[in-house]
Amino acid sequence: MTLIHYLILMPILAAAFIPLLGVGAPKLHLGWGAITVPILLFSFFVSYVPAIASGDVFSASVAWMQALDLHFAIHLDGLSLIFTLLITGIGSLVVLYSIFYMSKERESLAHFYAYLLLFMGAMLGVVLSDNLMVLYLFWELTSVSSFLLIAFWFRRKNSRYGAQKSFLITVGGGISMLVGFIMLHVMSGTNSIQEIIAMRDTLHEHSLFVPALVLILIGAFTKSAQFPFHIWLPDAMEAPTPVSAYLHSATMVKAGLFLVARFTPVFGGEATWFWLVSGVGIFTMFWGSFSAVKQKDLKALLAYSTISQLGLIMSLFGLGSAALQGGASTESVLYTKAIFAALFHLVNHSTFKGALFMIVGIVDHEVGTRDLRKLGGLIAFMPVTFSLAVISSFSMAGLPPFNGFLSKEMFFTAVLNANQMTLFSMETWGLLFPIVAWIGSVFTFAYSMILVFRTFLGPYRREKLEKTPHEAPIGMLISPIILCGLIVLVFFMPNQLSHYLLSPAMNSILPTYANMDGLIPHISAWHGFNLELLMTIGVAVIGAVAVKTLRYWYLVYDFFPEHRSIDSGYRWMLSAGERLSHQATSRYMTGFLRHYLYYIYGFLLLITGGTLLLSGSIIIDPSGDAPVAVYEVIIVLVMAAAAIGIPFTKSRMTAALLNGVLGYSIAIFFVLFRAPDLALTQLVVETVTTVLFLLCFHHLPEWSREERSLKVRLPKLLVSIGMGALTVLIALSVQGNRLFDSISSYFEDSYDLAGGRNIVNSILGDFRAFDTMLEVVVLFIAGIGVYTLVTLKAPKGEDERERE
Amino acid sequence: MRENDVILQTVSKIAVFIILTFGVYLFLAGHHHPGGGFIGGLTLSSAFVLLYLSFDVETVNAGIPLDYRKLAATGVLISVCTGMGSLLFGSAFLSQTFAYFNLPLFGKTELATVVLFEAGVALGVIGVVVTIITSISGEV
Amino acid sequence: METIIILLVGVLVSVATYLLLSKNVIRVVLGTALLSHAVHLLLLTMGGLKRGSVPILGDQPETYTDALPQALILTAIVISFAVTAFFLVLVFRTYQQTNTDNLHELKGADNE
Repeated sequence: MTLIHYLILMPILAAAFIPLLGVGAPKLHLGWGAITVPILLFSFFVSYVPAIASGDVFSASVAWMQALDLHFAIHLDGLSLIFTLLITGIGSLVVLYSIFYMSKERESLAHFYAYLLLFMGAMLGVVLSDNLMVLYLFWELTSVSSFLLIAFWFRRKNSRYGAQKSFLITVGGGISMLVGFIMLHVMSGTNSIQEIIAMRDTLHEHSLFVPALVLILIGAFTKSAQFPFHIWLPDAMEAPTPVSAYLHSATMVKAGLFLVARFTPVFGGEATWFWLVSGVGIFTMFWGSFSAVKQKDLKALLAYSTISQLGLIMSLFGLGSAALQGGASTESVLYTKAIFAALFHLVNHSTFKGALFMIVGIVDHEVGTRDLRKLGGLIAFMPVTFSLAVISSFSMAGLPPFNGFLSKEMFFTAVLNANQMTLFSMETWGLLFPIVAWIGSVFTFAYSMILVFRTFLGPYRREKLEKTPHEAPIGMLISPIILCGLIVLVFFMPNQLSHYLLSPAMNSILPTYANMDGLIPHISAWHGFNLELLMTIGVAVIGAVAVKTLRYWYLVYDFFPEHRSIDSGYRWMLSAGERLSHQATSRYMTGFLRHYLYYIYGFLLLITGGTLLLSGSIIIDPSGDAPVAVYEVIIVLVMAAAAIGIPFTKSRMTAALLNGVLGYSIAIFFVLFRAPDLALTQLVVETVTTVLFLLCFHHLPEWSREERSLKVRLPKLLVSIGMGALTVLIALSVQGNRLFDSISSYFEDSYDLAGGRNIVNSILGDFRAFDTMLEVVVLFIAGIGVYTLVTLKAPKGEDERERE
Repeated sequence: MRENDVILQTVSKIAVFIILTFGVYLFLAGHHHPGGGFIGGLTLSSAFVLLYLSFDVETVNAGIPLDYRKLAATGVLISVCTGMGSLLFGSAFLSQTFAYFNLPLFGKTELATVVLFEAGVALGVIGVVVTIITSISGEV
Repeated sequence: METIIILLVGVLVSVATYLLLSKNVIRVVLGTALLSHAVHLLLLTMGGLKRGSVPILGDQPETYTDALPQALILTAIVISFAVTAFFLVLVFRTYQQTNTDNLHELKGADNE
């Protein structure tokens, strides 16, 4: 276990201790306890920056299940480092923000911070794991903790719906990814991602290569809310705003991007990968921004804008993967700019989108609504929040002097480069990329402006608001102020960021280009009047016009009615699935014990009996039998008669006594067959059992007659005779086929091994004491069960309610 | 539990002691002869059951103030703890050991840790069986 | 001897199965008790019958009957006792709550 292992496990352990802290210090807002974890982690990871920037990587592995090639292996390189810094850095800010957002009195903070820290640990696990299966484990853990966080206000129906939806979609994608991982393992024979990257050239020819690629991409797309899996993200906005700011803008949705980046060295250069990643990405970018414009709820608007931005980054990763087609050359190094832009925008997006979510949270918190139709004119009441909103949304729109401008320009450069590509039949389709990207950017500009100006400018209508608005407390403003500071800082010092964080990540995504000239572009805000700048100016002009004339545009949205959306398709699938499984289940789950027993016996007879017959293992060989005495035959006959008599008796008392007869006869057999311990036990147990039966009969009515009709009795008879015959056949075949010697002779040394002359008791108390211990435990549980059943009684009223 | 029955009560007063003695003998004999924790425990509990059958619950409870549920729990605890005990000596869970000692009066005697384990088993069995019987009959 | 006991086990299993398929709950409980009887006998038979003396070591070396099935059966007897006791109490508490001992009436609501 290295330090990095402990860093992953630290938040998960802290999640277990946070509730205890709540008990120990009830006056403390738990956030102050929780915030120490991400701050500590952040400072640890920052300390790795110089080493990583100079080209180091940190790998370590802890053996877990050798046989399954399952190791807790971690790999910290440039790519992982960016994500760990985002996770812990934004995590610290979000926890700080949540201390002022989440009320200590009204919310269950112990749960909130436990889930949040669990998520943080899972996320760190995802970005640091080097073992496919461990990565998958952490991946699903992020889904689980995200589910818990979205459903944090679980009394709301929408929260539960949103949580279920995001869980179903992301876990579904996760399972598809798992299958892809297994295929990768089959192809490469290893679970280590770095080893798989090392053998990328040999994998391309494998027939499973493309299926694995598609399946892994489905996992990434569902997590990163790419079209058509994006539908879960708007519903996930039911989560408390700090959660949305953390999970659904900066971290969890970026896990899919991480996965794509991590596997680019493996799959990059493949046409399917290129088209899927860039095509789905660019369309998601367009669709998300297009849908964002029509939203009335600020958080929904941000959700769609996140979808759009994720699509943008995704498409850049796709376009950049073209660089891996063929060898690394000075020509194809041009395409790597897209990957650089993707990483740059990924960092920028985390800053401005995190800030925007926090700002929307502040508006919601201080005004009581997020509805754009009610908001307006807040600038007079919340000047600081307004300034922050301007900074972050202008950055999102791609305007200077904010970091979004730089990465948006690089995005335009990348799509224009794509237009020049001669690979993957881009000659025909290449022009689509700049066009769709530009249209999407116009919408992006539009919704960014709507976000700011509809909320803070325009008419102020007090009567529509729940509270009188006022500026947020300083504690809530600190985190967005820091993020906005970063937005401006990155604009002025982009190359420092590039040197310390982005270039090591470039080296790990594009190992074949590592440290090549031209891989790391120099970022400059001013690069002359080129096509990119003209595109940005066009976006701003057309976007401004679009916002002004917005009400005419709403007509366009009527072409996409709600009932034909993907969302309604999802709802239909969900309800159809429920209906079908209900129908199927209620067909055989009849509620009759007898039917269930018929299924069990049917399968038993069919499978076991069939195997016995088909394998021809029925051998009846009575030659080795022990001799028979007359009195033994008499006991056998008595027992058989007593047994057969039981179903025919009219009185349950007789039946219980006949059962007693059987028990005592068995005790006699135990004596005859040299088992004195058994005989003694059987005698006592049989007595106590009979007493029990008689005691219980005291409380029960005389038993009723069974159905006499042949229709009921015949199958019963057939099944029971079949079972008897099957038992006899199996037992006789076992007698006839002695496959190996008995192991019992070992126990005959019990005097030397265990100091006991009684072999049976030596086995019970010594050789197999574990069985005996558990047996006592079972007995004890049964005793508790009996006692509880008898003594605990629901009060009359409660029982009625239970049955409703 | 039922109306007084002089003959049954007189007989059981004597029989209970015989059964108890026999039960203890069976428990101790288990290492070398038929017997052991289960049988010992079952026999002992049958003595208690006989008492409950011939006298009423109150009388027996006054005479033997035992909480059988706690007895059962104690038994299970002892069995599990003797298993833990072997861990202290660096051997596997539930390993038993034995040794021979020269005790005054008894001469050469074998003492085995398994007795502790079996004692737990026996106590568990007594506790559970009597708990079951009394809780059902308590319902009358 | 083994063959005869195995046939007896077959009879016991048949009757036990028949009882388990009843609609009366007590019959079902009796069925489980009967089934455990059958299994105990079967286990013992599988170890071979009368092939040596009682498995208690004497001073002279001799052959002993198989002790392992006996240990298994001893455990099984106690467990089946516990389970039977639990079943019985379950049955009579069910009867107290629902006033029926008929499994067909204990089916439960349709839309669960």
